[in-house]
Amino acid sequence: MTDRPPGSVDPKLLEILVCPLTKSTLEYDREKQELISRAAKLAYPIRDGIPIMLPDEARKLDESELKR
Amino acid sequence: MSMNIPPRLFDRALLLARRRRALHGGAETFLLERAAEDLAERLAAVNRRFELAVDLGTPGDALAEALSASGRIGALVTCEPLADLRPAGRLRVVADEEALPFGDGKLDLVVSALALQWVNDLPGTLVQIRRALKADGLLLAALVGGETLVELRECLAAAEAETAGGASPRIAPFAEVRALGALLQRAGFALPVADADRHVVRYATMLDLMRDLRRMGATNALVERSRTPLKRATLARAAALYAERFADRDGRIRATFEVISLSGWAPHQSQQQPLRPGSARTRLADALGVNERSAGEKAGPRGRA
Repeated sequence: MTDRPPGSVDPKLLEILVCPLTKSTLEYDREKQELISRAAKLAYPIRDGIPIMLPDEARKLDESELKR
Repeated sequence: MSMNIPPRLFDRALLLARRRRALHGGAETFLLERAAEDLAERLAAVNRRFELAVDLGTPGDALAEALSASGRIGALVTCEPLADLRPAGRLRVVADEEALPFGDGKLDLVVSALALQWVNDLPGTLVQIRRALKADGLLLAALVGGETLVELRECLAAAEAETAGGASPRIAPFAEVRALGALLQRAGFALPVADADRHVVRYATMLDLMRDLRRMGATNALVERSRTPLKRATLARAAALYAERFADRDGRIRATFEVISLSGWAPHQSQQQPLRPGSARTRLADALGVNERSAGEKAGPRGRA
């Protein structure tokens, strides 16, 4: 909550969050402000620094993104 | 994932819509405030500091504020399913209580007030909470119990049977305190405790009570609910029955709210453990000062005296 840019996610949250569907680890895409679950093939959005860990709100990953 | 899918009791999307409407309309929060106060007191009785806590699903800020004031908590993460309410200056995650986004063994404390009664798969949620807790982590929760609105339940069912020739479920079935204690244990919590607290609230009429329920965002969200709203005649009859059966001398009616408090710890070696059967060093008969008499078969491995 100190010197990170406004709207970015708190590192404390990144440490504890996993994919709610598969409980697998997430990758943080700083540019897109998304948390990627390869296991569930979903990208959870981060809005105003708040991770939205709802599968219904997540973006489905396409095959090319999964290969990266 | 699980082979046996629990029955879906609650329409979660509708629940959230109701909760959102209630919060925007200036929610009625007396029950929540009491539950929050009670949880804060219970936490104060635990002589320990919790570095990382999650407030799970509690509507509003009452609990977060009470806990922050306790000085027992390092960081508090608010986790709730509505994305559009943003208390400033807090760590927040949006997630469903039925699919928690926390890794194994990450949290020191999980608290929740008046949210878990709406979860379809409570055993599943409890297991997820227990796994997210560190060893010796604590769950403290308050949820609406089965004695809640017994009066309203009875009057609506009777009125509907009279005027419509049958009753449909109008009030959610809430869990019983004994069942919840067993559920905690099954979910793997150590030292599980469930106890119930009853609050009686008085209203001028049944319709005032129902207005409050709407302001709590707590009106019917059962999947199997009747899609036709109660008819005016049914409502009037129920209100009359309510006044007849559950009024005080001054004419005001009583409504029972039961809040069940749960606490359980993620198992750890330092906690009290039950002794192994057969490990006693003293005879019960000696402690009681009586002669021991054989009751036939002996406990313990066979063949040993």
